[in-house]
Amino acid sequence: MNDRARIFSAINDALTPLQERAALPELDPAQWVCPSRLTEGGSWEDFRRNFEAVNGTFLTSFEALSRLLRDANATEGYADPGLLEELPETFRDGLTLHETIDRGSIDRYAFGITRAHAAIAESGTVILRDLDTPDRLAALAPWIHITLVAKEALFSNVTEAIDDLGEDPNTVWVTGPSKTADVEGILIEGVHGPGIQVCLPI
Amino acid sequence: MSHQQIDQFAHRLDKGVRDSVLGGSAAGTEKRRQVLFGDLPNADSLRALAGRIKQHTLEHLDRYLEAAEERLIDNGAKVHFAWDAASACQQVETLLRERGVRQVTKSKTMVSEEIELNRHLAEKGFDLVETDLGEFIVQLDGDHPSHVVKPIIHKNRSQIAKTFERCGLGDYNDDPETITRRAREYMRRKYLSAEASITGANFVSAESGRLCIVTNEGNSRFGLAGARVHIALVGIEKLVPDDRSLSLMLNLLGRSATGQNLTVYTEFIRGPRQPEAISGPEEMHVIFVNAGRTETLASDCREILRCIRCGACMNVCPVYRQSSGHAYRSVYPGPLGAVLSPLLAGSARFAEFADLPKASSLCGACNEVCPVDIPIPDLLLRLRDRAHREHAPAAFDDAPNLKPWAMLAKSPAAWRMSLRAANMLNIVPLGFLPFGPLGRWTSQRTLPSWRGGRYRQWAAERKKQKNNPS
Ligand code: SF4
Repeated sequence: MNDRARIFSAINDALTPLQERAALPELDPAQWVCPSRLTEGGSWEDFRRNFEAVNGTFLTSFEALSRLLRDANATEGYADPGLLEELPETFRDGLTLHETIDRGSIDRYAFGITRAHAAIAESGTVILRDLDTPDRLAALAPWIHITLVAKEALFSNVTEAIDDLGEDPNTVWVTGPSKTADVEGILIEGVHGPGIQVCLPI
Repeated sequence: MSHQQIDQFAHRLDKGVRDSVLGGSAAGTEKRRQVLFGDLPNADSLRALAGRIKQHTLEHLDRYLEAAEERLIDNGAKVHFAWDAASACQQVETLLRERGVRQVTKSKTMVSEEIELNRHLAEKGFDLVETDLGEFIVQLDGDHPSHVVKPIIHKNRSQIAKTFERCGLGDYNDDPETITRRAREYMRRKYLSAEASITGANFVSAESGRLCIVTNEGNSRFGLAGARVHIALVGIEKLVPDDRSLSLMLNLLGRSATGQNLTVYTEFIRGPRQPEAISGPEEMHVIFVNAGRTETLASDCREILRCIRCGACMNVCPVYRQSSGHAYRSVYPGPLGAVLSPLLAGSARFAEFADLPKASSLCGACNEVCPVDIPIPDLLLRLRDRAHREHAPAAFDDAPNLKPWAMLAKSPAAWRMSLRAANMLNIVPLGFLPFGPLGRWTSQRTLPSWRGGRYRQWAAERKKQKNNPS
């Protein structure tokens, strides 16, 4: 008997003596929506509050984004080629933007600009899909990760976003900067992924 | 000192380690509770609901496992099954060898600890690096994790700084930020040079075949962005029926584990990357691992397989806090480990861990915080009973002999006499009580003054008064 057959046969042997098996309970996702996180009706205002609570940086204009990059001395980075048209000339001035990530020199990218598929107001989460983010490294390797997300692409709660997962082989929800508390429980941001996570609705 | 192994371990524990474990497990308990109940006022009924979903899945595991397998194959993944640890290690090795892989990154997976994958692959000459910061430090030290969520809860910054210095990761510096940055620099080269990445999975949806992996550091995500082969090791109990159930589980997991409404990186992986994608694995392999789970499923403690490894039960357990995770001599510590470790060991090795179910005061704190409402104290009692029935020697360590008590209790005259004689306890200092476990017990405790026999006296007088009302 191969391992697969052995496992299924053992599961069968374990379950056959059960006189009754637990039924699948009715699920009502409204039960696990958090009202205290959605005081503004699941709007961008809710997103902003919840995103900032996990140390996300919420911006509303490219001017603000330019200031953030200037303050961080970040002049060279990656931008998803599909997004170049969305970036105003004034924003691009003085920045070196690459349209691909060279794996041989990933430290040269101080920032990465990618498109988020959507955001979740309840949790302060941005949703990245392979379909919208050609190179996963762009959202991971640079210290500053900037997601541009369409203003209409906002889910109110986690279940709505789950229902939308669809066929993409890989979707990742990002809720704040990469972090750890492994050393004596002290919170440090920017472990492997970005230390600054920016969201700019467009 | 006690004869129980866990007590002996706790007694010998280095003070620094004890302080780290005590502080680390107690920290954040109140915050986690506030976040859970502040966000979800009906959290207790949601915990029960999540428990029922997992119980249903386990009791229909044949159906759900087959469904998940089919979905994953449809999505382009390859599915494998491993009966035990040896088979799982061998299958990983073969997959790597056939693809000419030498360098591997691995994000935290408890099942890989169970099967001792790191040791196996190191012996076979593979270059494997753990990418979770805590697991990386454990690997550098040749140590073992002592908590399912905080693997280095037993270490302090100075020990970690010494480890980094010894391993050539910079001069001694115990600043947590510096330690983290050094790991970041070291790890990114590894992510990009490794050909394969090994992960676990927190959940698998039978409906879509989706693997759900959560991390805070982003290490699993980075590993999978760099590698061309993904191997996921998944215990067969990790299934949930559908994606909607995932939504509930995720809402409970982050809050119970770390007080976060969601973990920073929550990945949903259906299969290998699309051909046009620039990064991500071209091949995805899922190995469903048994390693003792079917035997656990057949036992009367199958509820423990609902566990979603949040670590909440160990954080609140008074025994864990005093004794540390390594005291449990197995991969899973705390109340979870006290139940799961003897079961996963299988009937052949059950006796070896038969003392663990006694490592509990049965206070019930573990059950109160468990996001899938596992009745851990009940399971501990069932396992204690089994250990006695099977005459496992470890189960009798420090258990007082109840035969003399039974003799007294069966004879009213002897019982009366002993009640009177026990008045001596009020005169003899406790330290003079010489015998075995009782002596060890009283060496650290006091007794209230003995009042035995008063009730009988009162009842006798009352009866007398009734008979002679004057
Ligand atoms: S037994 Fe419950 S509380 Fe303990 S780790 Fe598992 S899910 Fe968490």
